[in-house]
Amino acid sequence: MSSSCKPDGAEADQMRLECEAPLLEVRGLVKRFGALVVTDQVSLSVRPGELHALIGPNGAGKSCLIGQISGELRPDEGEVHFRGQRVDDLAVPERARRGLARAYQVPRLFGSLTPAANAAVAEISRVRSGFRFWRRAATDPALAAAARIALDRVGLGRALAPDPADTGAVRPASLLAHGDKRLLELAMGFASDPALLLLDEPLAGLGPADSAAMVALLRSLKGRYGILLVEHDVEAVFALADRISVLVGGRVIASGPAAQIRTDPRVRAAYLGESE
Amino acid sequence: MTGGLVLEQAFNGLQFGMILFLMAVGVTLAFGVMNLINLAHGSMLMLGAYFIAAAATKITAYPLAFVAALMLTAVASVLLEVLVMRPLYRMGHLDQVLATFGVSIAVNEAVIMIWGREAMFVAPPEWLDGTVALTDTISYPLYRLAITGVAALAGLALWLLLARTRLGMRIRAGAENGDIVGALGVNVRLLFIGVFVISSLLAALGGVMLGPLIAVQSGMGDPLLILALAVVVIGGVGSLKGALVASLAVGLLDTFGRMIWPHLMGNIIGNIVANASVYILMALVIAVRPSGLFGNHAA
Amino acid sequence: MQPESNLASRRLAIALGLLLAIALVVPLLGQPYYTRLVARMAIFGIAALSLDLLVGYAGLVSFGHAAFFGIGVYCAGLLPMLGVQQVWVIVPVAMLVAGLYGALSGLISLRASGLYFIFITLAFAEIVFYIAQGLRMLGGDDGFRLPAPTLLPGGASLANPVVLAYTMLGALVLAVWFARRLSESHFGQVVVAARDNETRLRAMGLSAYPYRLVLYTIASALCALAGVGFANLVEYASPASMSWIVSGEFLFMVILGSAATIIGPVLGAVVFVGLEQILSALTEHWLFWLGIILVLRVLLLRQGLYGLLTGRGQR
Repeated sequence: MSSSCKPDGAEADQMRLECEAPLLEVRGLVKRFGALVVTDQVSLSVRPGELHALIGPNGAGKSCLIGQISGELRPDEGEVHFRGQRVDDLAVPERARRGLARAYQVPRLFGSLTPAANAAVAEISRVRSGFRFWRRAATDPALAAAARIALDRVGLGRALAPDPADTGAVRPASLLAHGDKRLLELAMGFASDPALLLLDEPLAGLGPADSAAMVALLRSLKGRYGILLVEHDVEAVFALADRISVLVGGRVIASGPAAQIRTDPRVRAAYLGESE
Repeated sequence: MTGGLVLEQAFNGLQFGMILFLMAVGVTLAFGVMNLINLAHGSMLMLGAYFIAAAATKITAYPLAFVAALMLTAVASVLLEVLVMRPLYRMGHLDQVLATFGVSIAVNEAVIMIWGREAMFVAPPEWLDGTVALTDTISYPLYRLAITGVAALAGLALWLLLARTRLGMRIRAGAENGDIVGALGVNVRLLFIGVFVISSLLAALGGVMLGPLIAVQSGMGDPLLILALAVVVIGGVGSLKGALVASLAVGLLDTFGRMIWPHLMGNIIGNIVANASVYILMALVIAVRPSGLFGNHAA
Repeated sequence: MQPESNLASRRLAIALGLLLAIALVVPLLGQPYYTRLVARMAIFGIAALSLDLLVGYAGLVSFGHAAFFGIGVYCAGLLPMLGVQQVWVIVPVAMLVAGLYGALSGLISLRASGLYFIFITLAFAEIVFYIAQGLRMLGGDDGFRLPAPTLLPGGASLANPVVLAYTMLGALVLAVWFARRLSESHFGQVVVAARDNETRLRAMGLSAYPYRLVLYTIASALCALAGVGFANLVEYASPASMSWIVSGEFLFMVILGSAATIIGPVLGAVVFVGLEQILSALTEHWLFWLGIILVLRVLLLRQGLYGLLTGRGQR
């Protein structure tokens, strides 16, 4: 992996990131579908608290790569290490329990449950209370508090958590506005307090206002969690990322800080040139 | 157990397997192409049997009665498709299960309303009344042999239709990927009616041919339907090859099982195992391969 | 919308209270036919709500639930042959056997989903059906008469329709309370979450399988309770009690009333039993009309009885 980075302002932060052991390390990942190689010898890493962005044209294999890291797809070759341990034989829930969370491009919510109940399930998962058969979830103060925190984190707290005075029904998640669904999806990703969040195109399909709010939100969360961000919106990526890797044709053609990627001739040729 | 007996049972198993195949193909096509779970498919087999029984009382020439029975089934299946099935295609599995279960209850009772509670019997055509010598000592009924042959021919015709014609190509595309049908620019409504009628006719063909072998009575198609469902699950939903392989396997397993298990395990347990063997096989297959032997898509 | 939802729940509460009051009064009238009808409704109410735990809350469409009902029936018929009549032995044994079969078959069938799950639950029910049918010493296909009824502590017999009706009503009320409590628990929330979006649940670190397996076991055991009641009602045990038709009828009750409401399926069972009685009094071919009603329910009625009462749509 590349380590030739030019300090740009947040020099101290950058140094700290360089020194720490990576949270996630992917080595030589290969995935083929028949003759088609969708992931070709990909190696990359994410350090604790780092926002590492993955960009690339359509069909570059970004989502496939994320799937292999989260465990939904099985790579043909290569290794995935998380917190110093090899995880590529573990199923999705097992990786999640170790702190590797994922948010999806198309929100995956518990549609019939209220946003607070969605977040409550995340808390049930975190504290492993799923086999409590008698305690009511809806009136459990510990769940409510955790749900409030999870929703507040993405700015949905006041808007969507049930008012204690309101005994009537709250809208289920399936009836939320699109932007709110995306925020709730993000809240669900962070709710388990993961060490690393895989974030798949959080800006796709959002209007300018929602999009700006999402960028601001990601900026506020940056540093607290390791984030591997897949995103099409190149401007947002340059504004947010500590490091950027460029994926073209299943292969990482460049990796480094934003300034370096912006000027990299290979990137300009293969990717930025095309899109402008 | 003598070689002759084994041969005879093998023929029986083959025949049973082919009838199951005629049923299973319909189940798997309806699910693959229309995304429909059809528990009323057994009714089609039963209707075929009742129609041949009724037609045989009016028409003396067997081939004519045969064709009449199939045509009546085709009419019934078109009615069923238009009135009940079409709105179901877009509904959930639960709704489909319930509605088609309702159809099967109603049709089971309707045949009682029309033809009474007593079982009906159909005579096989005279020219198929003889036997064929398999070995020096064992002879096999010609009619049963004919059933196997006709079922195999129907299977072959279906294969030719699916493999060699444009219609077949579209049906296969639909069975493997239901979303694709609309994209092919096909008249989806007609294609669906076509698939439903073909499915129903295959089941009815089974019923028409079984008529002279088993009592024609209300609910006669249900056990066969449940077996066919097991066949579809074992073979893998949407896979025609799976349906064929599993049908023959189930037909042979069931036929030989009825002979072997009681020998090995005593009458009581042996008979239970013989009756349940297909479902036990199905459980084993699902335990190892949750989408069947040749299943390619999660249903 | 709050006053409306209050009004709706008040309307539902009044309807339920009225229904329960009628059910409690009827056995006092000394009309065995109606007393037995109440018992029948309560019995199928328990069966339907146990299936609702699977269909409604977990989204698991089981077409083999009658197997567990039948296991209850056979336990209530077999144990008296061993000299055991006490309800506090028969019911736990029945629930244990059904729960065990549920757990074992669930281990396999819950690996499958969708269409496969529907068919494999049917297959597991067929296996039990053929076992019952193969037991020739127990009458095989014809079944057998209950040698003796189940006895309550104190000696009251479930062969007495009044005792049976009140016992099953009590069991139904308990079952409703238990099922509601279960569905609202942490466990219940995970089950619903797995139904809504299994991918999300997995990405949060939970695998749905163990939760579904536990739920499947509970629902199986609960249905056996209904089976014990049914054996005492008809004083008979036969493979017919676990045929696929019965499984289909249970599903119908659930959907008739609205899935995932507990109360809805109980109402569905009440209406189903009532419908069965009325139709069979009117015509010999009542099954034909039952089938037609089933089709019409799916094609035309957009919401179940629960929805009609509360004004809440099912889908």
